Amino acid sequence: MKEDIISKLTDAQLDALKEVGNIGAGNAATALYQMIGKKVNMSVPKAAVIPLAEVPEVLGGPEVLVAGVFLRVLGDAPGSILFVMPKDSALYLVDILMGRPVSSTQVLSELDQSALKEIGNILASSYLNALSSFTGLTFLPTVPALAVDMAGAILDVILAELGQLGDYALLIETRFQAESAHVEGHFFLIPDPGSLLVILRTLGVDSNGASN
Amino acid sequence: MLYLGLSGLIVMGQVIRVGIADLNIGRSPDVIVTLGLGSCVGVALYDKVAKIGGLAHVMLPDSKQARSGQNPAKFADTAIPLLIEKMERAGASRSRMVAKIAGGAQMFSFSDKNLQLNIGKRNVEAVKAVLAEEKIPLVAEDTGGSYGRSVELHTDSGKFVVRTVGHGIKEL
Repeated sequence: MKEDIISKLTDAQLDALKEVGNIGAGNAATALYQMIGKKVNMSVPKAAVIPLAEVPEVLGGPEVLVAGVFLRVLGDAPGSILFVMPKDSALYLVDILMGRPVSSTQVLSELDQSALKEIGNILASSYLNALSSFTGLTFLPTVPALAVDMAGAILDVILAELGQLGDYALLIETRFQAESAHVEGHFFLIPDPGSLLVILRTLGVDSNGASN
Repeated sequence: MLYLGLSGLIVMGQVIRVGIADLNIGRSPDVIVTLGLGSCVGVALYDKVAKIGGLAHVMLPDSKQARSGQNPAKFADTAIPLLIEKMERAGASRSRMVAKIAGGAQMFSFSDKNLQLNIGKRNVEAVKAVLAEEKIPLVAEDTGGSYGRSVELHTDSGKFVVRTVGHGIKEL
């Protein structure tokens, strides 16, 4: 059973995933620096594999306002990426990116939305590159899409797409720090059914008793 | 219990929460609530004589396309019959039941049409087909669009309140 393998993930295995996250975050910080000329520190305080049904709780409940960037990942281990942050954090990041005074943005313009998608894109590519160099697998991210709405509503699309088979998400919590404030984002890599096993196996942390 | 409903009204009865891929029933003056519907569909059934209502938070159209042995409340084709059965056991009559539905949005739109997640539309279609099969009239709906919804069924009146972020509140 896939679920058994996932529920038996050891600390060492999660550390390996967190390390992938940290390297990815480092790469993303460099990319952001090149884009906006400002130092944005990024760190990964936590990596975890969680049941999909608990994802809304991680974000503070189904009605919390969030910005979500979603993209599909094609390649050797297909899946989806969802990068979610509280709406306030998204506005803050947009202000930094666009070089405006912090908390001047209340409504996201078309350009702001593109900026957020770009952040999602940079993060996704950076994490996927790190994961790729660890595993030797090829990952190809697609063009991102953005939604700003209730957390439950944003997640439910992803839960539905995966709920037919997959029941777990790999969560890489990401913390941004820029100009003395910090905002938090939640980065979910949601492997398609079967893909998580492929990833763990190539990371050399396959649990014994794998059935397929 | 004092509870300010989605429309700001004070609710006298019990507030019954329905989670994702979940369902529940209540009787007057209870209020049944489910939050943050995106592509999922909230299906409310109501018998105005018995004043018994039921609400399901349906996630997927068809249980036959999924792994067996899953939670029946997840799928339109299994959740609705189960909801009807629960309401009948509580004293409602199928012949008096009417349905109101909300949700089925498309939260993300992609430039690449191959990646379009049209699960919301498929959910709405499946819910309608199952309701027709069960011969329960659909009297009101607020579906589609690209925004999330929270819904609330008032079992004293059958009123179905739909709240959105930035698209107002509706009473069905």
